[in-house]
Amino acid sequence: MHPFEYVRATSVDEAIAALAKHGERARPLAGGTDVLVMARAGRWELDALVDIKHIPETNVLELGSSEFRLGSAVACYRVYEDEQVAAKFPGLVDSASIIGGVQIQSRAGLGGNLCNASPSGDGICPLIVHTTTCVIAGPNGTREVAAEDFCTGPGRSVLEDGEFLIEMKMPMPQKGFGAAYERFTPRNEMDIAVAGVASSVQLDGDTIVSARVALAAVGPTPILSSAGDFLAGKEATAENISAAAQAASGDASPISDMRGTAEQRIHLVGVLTRRTLERAVERARENN
Amino acid sequence: MVEKIRVRATLNGEPVDFLVAPYVSLLDTLRDELGLTGTKEGCNDGNCGACTVNLDGRIVDSCCVLGAEIDGSAVETIEGMAEPGKLHPLQQAFLEEAALQCGICTPGFLISAKALLDAEPHPSEDRIRFWLAGNLCRCTGYDKIVKAVQKAAESA
Repeated sequence: MHPFEYVRATSVDEAIAALAKHGERARPLAGGTDVLVMARAGRWELDALVDIKHIPETNVLELGSSEFRLGSAVACYRVYEDEQVAAKFPGLVDSASIIGGVQIQSRAGLGGNLCNASPSGDGICPLIVHTTTCVIAGPNGTREVAAEDFCTGPGRSVLEDGEFLIEMKMPMPQKGFGAAYERFTPRNEMDIAVAGVASSVQLDGDTIVSARVALAAVGPTPILSSAGDFLAGKEATAENISAAAQAASGDASPISDMRGTAEQRIHLVGVLTRRTLERAVERARENN
Repeated sequence: MVEKIRVRATLNGEPVDFLVAPYVSLLDTLRDELGLTGTKEGCNDGNCGACTVNLDGRIVDSCCVLGAEIDGSAVETIEGMAEPGKLHPLQQAFLEEAALQCGICTPGFLISAKALLDAEPHPSEDRIRFWLAGNLCRCTGYDKIVKAVQKAAESA
């Protein structure tokens, strides 16, 4: 591994300065479960890792009246061990509790999962269906990007050299909102998704006012499916959910690899879309 | 030339103060700088859990942490598990249930299982299996390990 410096930043400005000093030869470090493994594997030749998890803003975990703020360095366990957060965001718990094993969940967070920009990242689609806004800091100030626009290719994101993710903001679930995530893996745990789907619905009685469906591991980036728009204004019936599942399958553009064939993945997207929509509707009804 | 960083931490209850190159993992720091070779290297990429240690009350893969990151933290390794002259109940149960063969994964399993039993003294079999999913064993087939953890839980 190329010898790099370790910089522990304690403020956003300090992190920006440290990242600016090294340009493309520096990367932010949060949980480290991806970046250290990739640095060791020679993915980059780094001169510095800038530890951003000692910055107050990246550690925020705050349920506000209208908005939930999730710092980019908040580890998975903090999401599911916080009873109030877990109760309000079961769709995030669905993913935070299956990213790696307990050891990984002690360090890795949904923010790092997003920045790693793997098409199969379990944390990304749940953020997309919660209509998450990502707050990015850089030398020219902060900017905001929607979660569905964050990833630009396998392992690539909108983050420019010198920028890092500070926090993610999502609307507080209102009455009648529900979300869920499910993936398919050959093992029960410690595995990478063959396919994954997150769904959310906003119900008014039996009518779906709005919905979002996002697909993992079936394209070069996580995909915001047309299935959500299809459901808007329709009743939450088995027929409509089946039709939405078919629409989601049509949006998938997977490859065949050692984890599964393209055909299997397209089939899985349909199954997982139906299941996660059903669970999201169930949770939305409980949340009435 | 990258300069070494000074790190002050608590290791198995004792204060430590050492220098480490900033790119060296906590795993290599423990083994090579601090002489604690009980923590094992398996995959070195966060999959197998052989290098599991307890960092500030939570289990982590020490291959995915930098030694420099533990400044100000408390780390517990397998060397700190037993009291002098007396095995920890989990270690005793692993021996009695033959929950190991080659032994490379054992320190990691013990650190993980201890964290579980410290937080939940009587976990279900399902809970034990899910908790230990981040620890791989290629010898035992896991049943003996799960039984040993159950036995240690019963004896506590």
